[in-house]
Amino acid sequence: MDENGLIINLEDICFGYPGRPTVLDKLNLLFYEGERMGLMGSNGSGKTTLFHIIMGLLKPSSGRIEIMGRPVKEEKDFREVRKKIGLLFQDADDQLFSPTVLEDVAFGPLNLGKSQDEAKTIARRTLESLGLAGFEDRITYKLSGGEKRLVSLATVLAMEPEVLLLDEPTTGLDEATEKRLIDILKGLDISYILVSHDMDFLKEATTGITCMSNGTIVLDDERIPHTHVHVHKHGRYVHDHGLSLPGKKR
Amino acid sequence: MIVELAGGDSLIHRLDPRVKIVVVFLFSVVVAVSDRFVVLMWALALSLCIVLVARLPIKELIRRLIPVNMFIVFLWFFLPFTFEGEPLFSVGPLVGTHEGVLYAARISIKSNAIMVVLIVLVASTSILTLGHAMHELRVPKKIVHLFFFTYRYIHVIHREYLRLVNAMKARGFRPGTNMHTYKTYAYLVGMLLVRSSDRAERVRNAMLCRGFRGNLYSLSTFSMKREDVISLILMLALILALGVLEWTKMV
Repeated sequence: MDENGLIINLEDICFGYPGRPTVLDKLNLLFYEGERMGLMGSNGSGKTTLFHIIMGLLKPSSGRIEIMGRPVKEEKDFREVRKKIGLLFQDADDQLFSPTVLEDVAFGPLNLGKSQDEAKTIARRTLESLGLAGFEDRITYKLSGGEKRLVSLATVLAMEPEVLLLDEPTTGLDEATEKRLIDILKGLDISYILVSHDMDFLKEATTGITCMSNGTIVLDDERIPHTHVHVHKHGRYVHDHGLSLPGKKR
Repeated sequence: MIVELAGGDSLIHRLDPRVKIVVVFLFSVVVAVSDRFVVLMWALALSLCIVLVARLPIKELIRRLIPVNMFIVFLWFFLPFTFEGEPLFSVGPLVGTHEGVLYAARISIKSNAIMVVLIVLVASTSILTLGHAMHELRVPKKIVHLFFFTYRYIHVIHREYLRLVNAMKARGFRPGTNMHTYKTYAYLVGMLLVRSSDRAERVRNAMLCRGFRGNLYSLSTFSMKREDVISLILMLALILALGVLEWTKMV
């Protein structure tokens, strides 16, 4: 850990998929311990790409990545990163590949070199802490959407990461499950970055919202979530509240 | 789609899956290379006895035997007429031979006997246990992984297929015998392939994020009980008897 509690330090990261315009353009990001950052941005603004670069799943074309004070470049550096940073994927079906829930949750701990019994204990404990006790022998593909999401969260938390990256965790969740997810996140003693389009959710679950636009982070413009009550026909669906990006017309 | 029949409870269901796999494998090999009717009939009888012990629903068994026997029906159309030998009957200019009929009959009995034991194996063991048992039997890791992933993602891919089909229907697609239909189906299959490959990439990434280094660990342990050992010895003895019967031309 950096003495200032700096966990993720990205400098001038550029990335583009071949044959398409640049996704990330000289992106800088500082993420400190204890932060709960909400990340917003339009579709295709590179939020998922950013997460994949932090995890070493994609290689930036230029720029520097420093995780917990150490520069990371090679696959073997990222193997260490993946023990400390957990990524929750957008689609839970990508994350849950084992036939049963217990096996899937135990997969991470087993990879970290835990014994079978330790891994099972960790898996059971994690499931229980998320209110999923009794799910051990359920078949993963038969879970409902909300259950899948919570079990995927369990598979990530079972590795006891220091940081979580959550990629649109509320997609496809009903209100009750979303509420449950918020409670779980609030109860975690862990720093996280949360990508979502859902203002209400970000307001509940994060301490600050950062915007991404044109492949970079809009730095001077960190927004403090606030409450305001109003009524209009869009109800609680995603809509902006004077939070549109500078220079853009509402 | 895969419907598991692993629900029941019988001696066969409780047997150590490793014993079942070994027995089914040896049985299939011996039956596949046997040619004498007496051996084949005994093998078929033995496989039906196993069905009775496993208390499988007969209806379900028959339903699962239909696809194999569709192939066999085709064999009966061709084999009697393409085999040289003593003429037995004739249909117009075509002459069916004695040898051809016997050959087709052999294939029918063989494949049904083998399919029946395979169905019992799959129906009395959950896919998961089967995979772990394969691992315990030192089946190469990659085959076991393939087996697991196929089982896990066949449902996901099937769902994607249904979604695409529904999207096509919703826009008024009705299959017919024309270029438009062929092209649409080609797109459908192509799209499924592309999506599956993307999915595979994402699953791999998710696994890497959780520290995957090429090993899948099993959480289940198997132990041989007395009834496992007895069943194994009994079945090995019966299979051996079939083999002896075939090669020594006794009876």
